[in-house]
Amino acid sequence: MSGVIAALNAQFAPVRAYFRLHRSLGILVGVLLLSIALPLITRVPPFDGIQSTNAWVNAFTNAAIYAMLAMGLNVVIGFAGLLDLGYAAFFALGGYTYAFVAAPFTGIHLPFWPMLLAGGMVGAIFGILLGAPTLRLRGDYLAIVTLGFGEIVPITLQNSDRFTNGVNGIGGIDKPNIPGLLQFTLINPWPMYGLVIALFTLIMVMIFRLQDSRLGRTWDAIREDELAAESSGVNIVIAKLQAFAVGASIAGIIGVVSVAKLTIVTPEQFRFSVSISVLAAVVLGGMGNTIGVATGAFIIYLFQSILLKQLNVLVENFNIPVLNQINFLDFQYVLYGIVLVLMMLKRPQGIFPVRRRMREFAPLKIGKRGLK
Amino acid sequence: MLKARGVTRKFGGLVAVNGVDFEIPRGSISAIIGPNGAGKTTFFNVIAGIYAPTSGTIELDGKPLISPPTGSGREPILLILPTIPFIALAIYSLLVVGGDTGLVEGVASVAAALLGFVGALLLNIVRPAWYNRLIKRIGVTRPARPNDMVVAGLARTFQNIRLYKSLTTLENILIGMHVHLHSSLLGALFIPRSVREEEAAAEQRARELLAFVDLAGMENELAANLPYGKQRLLEIARAIASRPKLLLLDEPAAGMNPKETEEMTALIRRIRDELGITVLLIEHDMRVVMGISDHITVLDHGEKIAEGLPKEIRTNPKVIEAYLGRGAAAGH
Amino acid sequence: MAAASVTSPSPSRLVGSLRLPATILIFLSLAFGVLGIDQFVNAMTLGAIYALVALGYTMVYGIIELINFAHGDVFMVGSFVAMFISKSLLGNTGGISDIPLLLLNVIVVFPLTIGCMALVGALIERLAYRPLRRAPKLAPLITAIGVSFILQNIIQFFFGSTIITVPQLVPIEWAFQVGGARIPLLNLFVIATSIILMAGLQIFVSRTRTGRAMRTTSMDRDASSLMGVDINRTIMITFLIGSGLAGAAGVIHGFYYGNTNSSLGFASGLKAFTAAVLGGIGNTAGAALGGFLIAFVEVGAAAFGYGRWGGAIVFSLLVIFLVFRPTGLLGSHTGDRA
Repeated sequence: MSGVIAALNAQFAPVRAYFRLHRSLGILVGVLLLSIALPLITRVPPFDGIQSTNAWVNAFTNAAIYAMLAMGLNVVIGFAGLLDLGYAAFFALGGYTYAFVAAPFTGIHLPFWPMLLAGGMVGAIFGILLGAPTLRLRGDYLAIVTLGFGEIVPITLQNSDRFTNGVNGIGGIDKPNIPGLLQFTLINPWPMYGLVIALFTLIMVMIFRLQDSRLGRTWDAIREDELAAESSGVNIVIAKLQAFAVGASIAGIIGVVSVAKLTIVTPEQFRFSVSISVLAAVVLGGMGNTIGVATGAFIIYLFQSILLKQLNVLVENFNIPVLNQINFLDFQYVLYGIVLVLMMLKRPQGIFPVRRRMREFAPLKIGKRGLK
Repeated sequence: MLKARGVTRKFGGLVAVNGVDFEIPRGSISAIIGPNGAGKTTFFNVIAGIYAPTSGTIELDGKPLISPPTGSGREPILLILPTIPFIALAIYSLLVVGGDTGLVEGVASVAAALLGFVGALLLNIVRPAWYNRLIKRIGVTRPARPNDMVVAGLARTFQNIRLYKSLTTLENILIGMHVHLHSSLLGALFIPRSVREEEAAAEQRARELLAFVDLAGMENELAANLPYGKQRLLEIARAIASRPKLLLLDEPAAGMNPKETEEMTALIRRIRDELGITVLLIEHDMRVVMGISDHITVLDHGEKIAEGLPKEIRTNPKVIEAYLGRGAAAGH
Repeated sequence: MAAASVTSPSPSRLVGSLRLPATILIFLSLAFGVLGIDQFVNAMTLGAIYALVALGYTMVYGIIELINFAHGDVFMVGSFVAMFISKSLLGNTGGISDIPLLLLNVIVVFPLTIGCMALVGALIERLAYRPLRRAPKLAPLITAIGVSFILQNIIQFFFGSTIITVPQLVPIEWAFQVGGARIPLLNLFVIATSIILMAGLQIFVSRTRTGRAMRTTSMDRDASSLMGVDINRTIMITFLIGSGLAGAAGVIHGFYYGNTNSSLGFASGLKAFTAAVLGGIGNTAGAALGGFLIAFVEVGAAAFGYGRWGGAIVFSLLVIFLVFRPTGLLGSHTGDRA
């Protein structure tokens, strides 16, 4: 088996070398191949027995949205090392921005596409506004302030009935469309799938480019050692604000998409539990590793929303009489919690630890060049 | 080129540095020595912008860079000032008018107050130049921060090496070059040719710097995996990557064996001779200090007790007393 | 960096040591004047509960620098355990007006619940946090979230997610008449109990050997380990005490409000944690102070008709407060690792 893999590896070496040089193209091709392969897989047993292909595609869309959120949060936590526990707030602000200008509630109907940018801008602005008071704080104080902000936003949205329709939220939000070509509908999941895949690719390319840039290096430096970073001439205030702004603008953009997909927005969609589950995805995926985080989030979402729901079916296949009596749906969330804990205990660095971190945790290499 | 006047730094009731006057001529290698706890590192940290001095000023090339903060009690007022009208409005509409009519205006003015506060705070911490000039008018001055000092032409290393350990040596150097690179957020996203060329040139220069400190061929090694002596070299390379006029070295030869110490001495000389960088170092190893310094300043109990050429220092009775009086080794 | 000469000591220690009690006194009388006696007593009661929960957060954070997200849920489980003992074991249905029965309740429910929750807390520490002691900092945070999830859903599995009634300990009719206002005995009981517990904790931490071990461990774990402190045992005891206090808070909550529900842990936990931060995390006295402060803000907001903005006001205050005083009211007791 390993021989086959080695042979395949050798076979594809030139391909991989090419895509390493043209990484953006590599991401494009990779995501495209995956996005074609995933719906195909769902036509094969046992996946086809679980739900229809359309339902699968819808689930993949949600999972990709979740993965994009995780990638955005990863910029703040994994790159710059700032623990943000209120990420859902930016997601909410993006979502409400779109809901506000594209629903019967206000009677305004702006087109979807420019609002993607607007959602990003709103996210970035609030990211900077939140960043400002927190930058003097160290470590976990920052976490608490972001957590507080994450609570203030939904509470404010919920209580400002006149502007946001309170708890009931804003419904009947416009779906995106390409005039004369394509109208997105609730029944057909494919256009939204395409849109999300395109956005996913774009965001991933952007994040990779940021990580490799001068800015990405300053984030690395701040995460590693703030004092040393300052003494290397890095203005840590501005670099941190930029990290907050980038992360928040990604959440804002995704908020717009997510709301346009659901066609309804309520404060309940953005509670603390959302921030927490995205954070869990980032840490489980492997902080700092963009692809790992995205994959981790994608898998966690599918695990949580599909696999756990199918537990009864799965267990029946084993045909163990005692287990058949139990309705596993009753404690799917307990199982989710247990899996979260076990995974973390098993792999504290995440499922796909970033390569340099993995080396950091490994014992010091001695002998290669020789320790004096 | 660097001139310190009456620099004092207190920690609570402790006077770590007391009224030190100090001058470094351009192109020299100067050293600060003194027994343990003499205030050397504190003095260093004041020069590097990490601690603000309690009193005294520091100039680089005739430009005043560091002075004690004044009027810091007035800063919170600056933060609250823009929010006061909104807070008043909020209190009026929420508590006096009340009810449904007051709620909207009240919430809006609370939001406005918060925005004003955060805006002022943002200025306060980002500190654009015009804001600094503005607050100077009401008597608020703030000392430069470490990154301002780097821009002004000063770079440093740390006593207990502070590298970016999980980054490669090359990346460490590239971060050191930060102030001389200019690509922005948009540049990072779209990578225009200017950015690509800048990055390529930076990488080229980083490799040259690594070769300069004899770390060629280790570009992709993680900093944490380098042996101790090479970590010191890397830290120095990172510091000179910012093309400083003045390089501050905090105990560069600490923990090194004689051969490494010799190499370090040679490197410091080359930094001055080949790169034209003025060097100021703190060092315990008297062979290093006496061997390369043009000028030595001795601190004890936070005060300058002597300065001069190495041979003058060696025979200075005050210096000998400071060292022997504490039971430490005297200069050779 | 150490140094040389020492100048004269800071002026008048006396004024400094009196400043805090004076501030508290002024604050309390102001609050009393603004809120009136009824709301004042309510705020004190709510504050007592927040303070008890906040203590657990601050102790755990002080010693292992972990935001123990499961702590609020320990509090919630505690309220359910108390409810279960009171309802199913002692057979109470409504308010308990018979004095011997009341004493029996106090004697049975409090120790049993506190003991139960202390064990649960220690078990969580052993299973979910101890294996990760040397892991990256965020790993235990995630397991804490996982544990929180597990606790909440186990309770939901057994009791559902609706509001469950709990027999009130002392009938609300029993009250003192002070001037024109009446102060229910129940409130006084709650405040007194929590103050006794907090005073006990202070004495434990400052006077006993284990308490000293806890303090040194929170300052420098490695150093105190070298001095012969059993780190694992000390951390375990911290969890035992913190969770026990949360259990006590759970009992009090049920007896006082007469109900509990499975999402209680999250909402109150968040506020209690905010209280811990406000007081200066790692500082037990600060946590208690923060708990009362938050309760006053919340009750005050409600008194002026902005009850549903309570949470937003509390968090806004926290943000603004931390900007001016980044280490909390009484200062953080966790080591400075700059």
